[in-house]
Amino acid sequence: MNDPTTTAAPTDRPSAAQSATPREPGEVIGKLYGLLAEFETPAAIMVAAHRVREAGYKWWDCHTPFPVHGLDKAMGIRPTILPWLVMGAGLTGAVTGVVLQWYTNATNLDAWLIVPITGYDFLVSGKPMWSLPANIPVIFELTVLFAAIGCVTMMLLLSKLPWLYHPCLKNERFLRASDDRFFIVIEARDPLFYRRKSQEFLKSLGATAVEALEA
Amino acid sequence: MTPADITNENRYLGELVPKICRYAGLGGLALLAASVVLGWAGEAGLERFLRSYLVAFFFVLSLSLGGLFFVLLQHLTRAGWSVVVRRIAEGLADNLKWLWIPFIPILVAVWTGHLYDWADPSSLSEAEWALFQHKEPFLTPWFWTIRAAVYFGVWAWLARFFVNRSVQQDATGDPQTTARMQSVAAPGMILYALTQSFAAVDWIMTLEFAWYSTMFGVYFFAASTCGAFAAMIIIFYLLQRSGRLTNVITTEHYHDLGKLLFAFGVVFWAYIAYSQYMLIWYANIQEETIWFVIRQLGGWKSMSIFLILGHFAGPFLILISRYPKRWKGVLAIGAAWMLGVHFIDLYWLVMPAIPADLIHSVTTYSQLVTEFKAYGAEYDLHWRVFDVMCLLGMLGVFVAMAAWSMRNRSLVPEKDPRLAESLAFENY
Repeated sequence: MNDPTTTAAPTDRPSAAQSATPREPGEVIGKLYGLLAEFETPAAIMVAAHRVREAGYKWWDCHTPFPVHGLDKAMGIRPTILPWLVMGAGLTGAVTGVVLQWYTNATNLDAWLIVPITGYDFLVSGKPMWSLPANIPVIFELTVLFAAIGCVTMMLLLSKLPWLYHPCLKNERFLRASDDRFFIVIEARDPLFYRRKSQEFLKSLGATAVEALEA
Repeated sequence: MTPADITNENRYLGELVPKICRYAGLGGLALLAASVVLGWAGEAGLERFLRSYLVAFFFVLSLSLGGLFFVLLQHLTRAGWSVVVRRIAEGLADNLKWLWIPFIPILVAVWTGHLYDWADPSSLSEAEWALFQHKEPFLTPWFWTIRAAVYFGVWAWLARFFVNRSVQQDATGDPQTTARMQSVAAPGMILYALTQSFAAVDWIMTLEFAWYSTMFGVYFFAASTCGAFAAMIIIFYLLQRSGRLTNVITTEHYHDLGKLLFAFGVVFWAYIAYSQYMLIWYANIQEETIWFVIRQLGGWKSMSIFLILGHFAGPFLILISRYPKRWKGVLAIGAAWMLGVHFIDLYWLVMPAIPADLIHSVTTYSQLVTEFKAYGAEYDLHWRVFDVMCLLGMLGVFVAMAAWSMRNRSLVPEKDPRLAESLAFENY
């Protein structure tokens, strides 16, 4: 962006500023995604987020260049259920560890697991066939493995990630969300969303700019 | 929430100091004296009392060493969150400068051939002598005393270095002081690790000189962090109850101390205890397994199981969650529990003493259990009143000395360059 030659060069997907017919900033031709409001300080977005929440909006989000302490509380985000899911994954790992070692080392049972398999009770250094001290490391490792993989996977699922595209990224102004500006986006699907009313509302919160986002 | 302004806070012990010195200090001395009388003159005998004394000594030593570890760790990692809680850890560590005094009775015991079997080699049987021979150069009273002097010297120097500079900074506000402490923290941590490991080996592990575990130093380290972090949580809770530091120490600081207690005192302790057990169980070598075998007899077995449940399983399930750690009343109760089980853990390390002839007269474990039932009653777990009196007495004097050295000091490092960061700290 800093290099003047690249700004003029045509790209595959012309941005609003580069398209043939010049548009008003934030003018929407396609489907409306929502409204983007820009704030200049963490304190401003904190107050604004609190007001948006009080106004009763449900489908909205904040975008900040760094974690703003207390913003979660201002937005009224409830604690995630992820810890409970991770606990479930960890317990699954622990049970897997117990069953795996019990079946393979302490029994000689035949079973079908896609192919025929059989337990193989093998005496190791005179210890009992089923002896917990020897099994704890494997149980522990499988607990950690299942919990870690489960944690990452379920975090992605709960956040509906990965997203290959987000409407915000089409907006020139939004680029500063990774630098020095703070944004609130209210989505058009929110039951309380009215184009003009919501725009006035966001302006009244002290937004330095409010623009419409194209889906 | 705006961070607290420390100038609006009550941040000196003030009129509490004479009270603590009078009740905890004098009461502690009285309890100690009474326990000596009960122990020495009572039917339990001197050897039994000396072990009880060793447990009480190690309890207060572990609080100080854990405090020193905390101070070293915060400087080593250049931590910002912990500035407001560091002064109390420094207060715990500061006691290392006089802890050699209660060590003198143990020193005298060694020189007069008590407490440790190796202190009186003439009492060893032929079989024991064969095992002792290789360790004899290490376990002479002379060499042992020199090592003890080195440990206390290193600890006193480290504690003095960090405490004095931190207190000086309250007056000068010189950020260079922090830089200097950070540069000493790394070599200091190495010195700390070596001395505390060797001390644990020298003073507890050699109670059974034939037994050895390369993990023992780390085990004592895990136990001492458990004691110190639990003590810090309780101290902050009591200070805030007395109207001190009410806005300086926030839920966020309790949360982080709770995390440390959970990580070191519960999980790391269990990890080390289990690893030590598993390696010895797997290798199945007689000199090594005997240490665990005698802890699986009679009342010691119940105590071993209690430690697994009370020092690990129960606290793990409670402290793993975010909410108990952010609820300071619950956290303080949890910390008090951890301090109690930490004492039982030390008791479990030091106390079981079963004479070799009882063990060597049998060939299997089930025979040993029968033998122990028949003849072992006097070696079984048997609490004495002076166990608790000695502990409370030592703890009382420890608290009084800590309060006395804090009498003119602020309870927070007032001009630490990272103080503002610590006051505004929030967990995410």
